[in-house]
Amino acid sequence: MSNMDKPYRARADRPAGNLSAGPASLYAARRKVYPRAVAGRVRSIKWAVLIFCLAFYYIVPWLRWDRGPGMPDQAVLVDMANARLFFFWIEIWPQEIYFLAGAMILAAFALFAVSSLFGRLWCGFTCPQTVWTDLFMLVERWIEGDRNARMKLDQGPHGRAYWSRKVAKHAVWVLIAAATGGAWIMYFNDAPTIAPQLLTGQAGMEVAFFFVLFTFTTYLLAGWAREQVCTYMCPWPRFQAAMLDENSLVVTYRDWRGEPRGKAKAAGVGDCVDCYACVHVCPTGIDIRDGQQLECIGCGLCVDACDSVMGKLSRPGGLIAFETLRNLAASEAASMGIPPGPERRQAGMAARAVPRFVRPRTLLYGAALSVVAAAMVGAFLLRSTLDVAVLRDRAPLFVRLSDGGVRNAYTVKIVNKTRDGSPLALVLDAPADFRLTVQDAEGERDGRPLMARRPDGITQYRVFVTTPPMAGLPESTDVTFHLLDAHGRAVTSQRSTFLAPRT
Amino acid sequence: MPTKVEKDSAPAIRTTGHEWDGIKEFDNPLPRWWLYVFYCTILFAFAWIVIYPAFPIWGLRGTSGWIAREAVVEQVRTAEAARAPMLDRIRKATPAQIADDPNLRAFAIAGGRTAFSNTCAGCHGAGGQGAAGGFPSLADDDWIWGGSYEAIHFTITNGIRSNESDNERQSMMPRFLADGMLTAAQVNDTAEFVLGLTGRATDQTAAERGAAVFADQCAACHGARGEGNRELGAPRLSDQVWLYGGDKASIVQSISYARGGVMPAWGKRLDPALINMLTVYVHSLGGGE
Repeated sequence: MSNMDKPYRARADRPAGNLSAGPASLYAARRKVYPRAVAGRVRSIKWAVLIFCLAFYYIVPWLRWDRGPGMPDQAVLVDMANARLFFFWIEIWPQEIYFLAGAMILAAFALFAVSSLFGRLWCGFTCPQTVWTDLFMLVERWIEGDRNARMKLDQGPHGRAYWSRKVAKHAVWVLIAAATGGAWIMYFNDAPTIAPQLLTGQAGMEVAFFFVLFTFTTYLLAGWAREQVCTYMCPWPRFQAAMLDENSLVVTYRDWRGEPRGKAKAAGVGDCVDCYACVHVCPTGIDIRDGQQLECIGCGLCVDACDSVMGKLSRPGGLIAFETLRNLAASEAASMGIPPGPERRQAGMAARAVPRFVRPRTLLYGAALSVVAAAMVGAFLLRSTLDVAVLRDRAPLFVRLSDGGVRNAYTVKIVNKTRDGSPLALVLDAPADFRLTVQDAEGERDGRPLMARRPDGITQYRVFVTTPPMAGLPESTDVTFHLLDAHGRAVTSQRSTFLAPRT
Repeated sequence: MPTKVEKDSAPAIRTTGHEWDGIKEFDNPLPRWWLYVFYCTILFAFAWIVIYPAFPIWGLRGTSGWIAREAVVEQVRTAEAARAPMLDRIRKATPAQIADDPNLRAFAIAGGRTAFSNTCAGCHGAGGQGAAGGFPSLADDDWIWGGSYEAIHFTITNGIRSNESDNERQSMMPRFLADGMLTAAQVNDTAEFVLGLTGRATDQTAAERGAAVFADQCAACHGARGEGNRELGAPRLSDQVWLYGGDKASIVQSISYARGGVMPAWGKRLDPALINMLTVYVHSLGGGE
């Protein structure tokens, strides 16, 4: 029987209270988890990821990027007031927010693909909840000591030593939370400007509100809520199960090797010495030996804990490991009937196969990822930095002039995403008699009306197209507006129509 | 459907007894803090009722005294205060001066567009396209009373046959047939002559007879060749724009019973700044002179 077929088991430290006679309580108090410090390969990787993620988050707002005078010089900035999103050399306008949507879709598919290949890597290593909780636990260990010391401290007596440690811990937590909330603000405001304002309390109400909000949520979620967020609040672990299958790497206990548990020197028992090291280091307080559980975030700290114990007993590590459920079942089948010991270990391990990374699920996620990435790159390469929009007046559709001619009015909008403000000449591509006039033109160049363009902005002009009295003027004529630069090259064009009364 | 309450293997947890396609549901307790959060939301609702006016009961304002309508009034007041300096400049300038200043012009056109939709579009149509039955287009190049900034401003301020201003635009076309000044035949001849002004006469001899009538009765206001007279508000008859229709029946009707639209004098109703903005906006529609 593989772990997959086993029923879900409850957390080891949860009281089996609702088994007693009568209906159980509908509500249960949280049982505080006291994770023990652990060292090992997974922990080292987690530290590296933590340092990278935190450094990235805190440093990025301070990166500078020169965009010329009058423009923000922050490399990554969401400028709400001016409705601009700056990302190094890229500048996104509100109507291009699909780039952001595309990036989100890309991230989602990447997450699906990674989850189906390697399990809950996101949850266990890079999720902000995990990273900040890890950081807060580190502070907790520095101030209050490791698992046993903390448990003892909480049991009392609640004297000066207790309160000084608690106050110190929460003070440091609040400081980290404030730095986190403050950094978030800096993605939306110029960092060197807003940082001193935040420190001196001169920032506006809006900034202050979000600063306090993110400071409070960081403190609450990483300091107090912790595994409760993953177990009860976060929707992702619930539907993440749909991405995992028997070929995904998940943190598992090799029960075929560990069971039956027993003392190290006892005869006829498996490798698990029931030392509870895996339970004590678990940040969600579960027993991985109970099989796959929804509380498990896949952080792999139990792997390190077990490996160190196995090392002390001179047994090979990997009693708890990142393993596929398919391999687990294969090992179990191969080792069945062999008594616990090196032979059983060997038989089980020999039955394992390289995880099947290429399978329909991962191919589909990979395909979706490639399609979205290609679409994004394509859209980005074809993205224009200068657009002209021609909006024909609808009221009136056309104007009959006193000489019998017809006039149409248009609103021409020049969308200029560059810092180049040189004027452009407007040219009408239409039958010969059609005359173009631009209201409030900036003069003319080679007899063509000139239009100013605001750097990094939209400039709007009202444009008239007039015909002399003409016989046989069709109800609708296609016309095209071209914008020419100083060299007479058409930089952008837009088609429209010219409407006339029915004859 | 509940089937059977059972106990799971150790460490045992009760199931709810629900089962769908072999999937059973554990009867795990809810975290207590979740319950407390729920209680907090209830308390929050009560606090909200006390602080803000949650029930539409007259006089019940909540302890904060905050009311949405007053907040809007305050926002409008703020917006008006922000606009005041610009409106002040617009009020003191002439429409022509406003049009010369790019900032004032942009402001006036934006404000004028809104005011136009409010007060003018009912008759003159959105964008000043005009409407059949005597509501002239303001976007064409044909003006009865003139299309300069001054003329437009004067017309908006004093109205046309408005009876509301000492300076109203006033002109009265006689009812030639109804008041017995012309016979039906003479009216027909005159109409033919008027059609001939735009090369559309169908009966040349009638048109020639009509020329004499036109010279006697119409030319004083409409001009010898029907070129119109803006001083008198007499429309031009030699162009392609017809306020009341340019076919023969409409022209006969106009001569027989006369026409005369009415426009209110807005000078009494609107802020002078608004009238200036309307002037600039109407001038910008395409027909301004």
